[in-house]
Amino acid sequence: MHEYSIVQSLMDRVGAEARARRATAVHRVSIRIGELSGVEPELLATAYETFRGRTICERADLDMQIVAARWECPGCGRTIGRGDMLTCTTCGLPARLAQGDEIMLDRIEMEVP
Amino acid sequence: MCDTCGCGDAEIVAVDVHDSLLAGNARTAAHNREHFRERGVIAVNLMGSPGAGKTAVLEATARCLAGRQRLGALAGDLATERDADRLRAAGITARSITTGSACHLDAAMVHHGLHHLAWRDLDYLFIENVGNLVCPAIYDLGQHANVVALAVTEGEDKPLKYPVMFRNADLVLITKTDLLPHLDVRIEAIADALSHVMPQPRYLPVSARSGEGMERWLEWLVQLHGMSARPSPVETAGI
Repeated sequence: MHEYSIVQSLMDRVGAEARARRATAVHRVSIRIGELSGVEPELLATAYETFRGRTICERADLDMQIVAARWECPGCGRTIGRGDMLTCTTCGLPARLAQGDEIMLDRIEMEVP
Repeated sequence: MCDTCGCGDAEIVAVDVHDSLLAGNARTAAHNREHFRERGVIAVNLMGSPGAGKTAVLEATARCLAGRQRLGALAGDLATERDADRLRAAGITARSITTGSACHLDAAMVHHGLHHLAWRDLDYLFIENVGNLVCPAIYDLGQHANVVALAVTEGEDKPLKYPVMFRNADLVLITKTDLLPHLDVRIEAIADALSHVMPQPRYLPVSARSGEGMERWLEWLVQLHGMSARPSPVETAGI
């Protein structure tokens, strides 16, 4: 269950950003998780709850935005329907994942003296 | 400090980061990749379920290439040295990465493993990942190519159930094809499932036991040499 590794990376990064600004607390952490990222949102939330005690994130809400997968044709831009073959029926080109593989830390709201 | 009224209250600031949570792993993977490039070593990340036949494919590869190519392997294993022992017996310079409870290899584990393996004069380094169709898929190790072993015994719909793993594959080895006469499984159905999760589905039916498909697998490996990144796209599904 690699979600624990992801949360460890999250804590490390938030800690580094907070230290750089001499923050005294973190109030909110905003992340984006893609449907095809390989990260399970519920497990990630559980891992966050498990790990945040006695860290800079102890009182920080985790704001998780789920990004739906969207495949498109790199030639004509047509969106490939969910569950369809990943080839454009018009151009014959292999589809490109336009969104949905994000494992992204977007924003940290922190308290600075 | 709040500088609006000078009350001394702490101020809440929003810091925009917009960076991947795997950025640290990506940096280490780039470091590994640079090592491989400097020494001309082709690294292949071999993934698949437990029992998909990853080790058997590497043993068969070593039999075919004995004396012609220098092969090495880092074998991810939760608890034993068994895979590394088998690979060494097949003539592959191998070392185990014992992960304990970790369900995948990451770039730092591979980097550490390189410190304990004579890898610099190899032609190919196979990184046999932990048997798992989920977690290893998202970790870049610095490899040139991702190969997923999928045994015919796993059923036709595995790619649809584990789309992330197959989306990131450069090649799928459909293994244990010698068992097909005993199963209600068709290669065409597996290929169809792959076409729904891989934009450029590339697969090879192979049997480590009978040797079927091994020549084409070796050709694919040769094709990786002389390429700085990934193998060139092939238009047809089966290569």
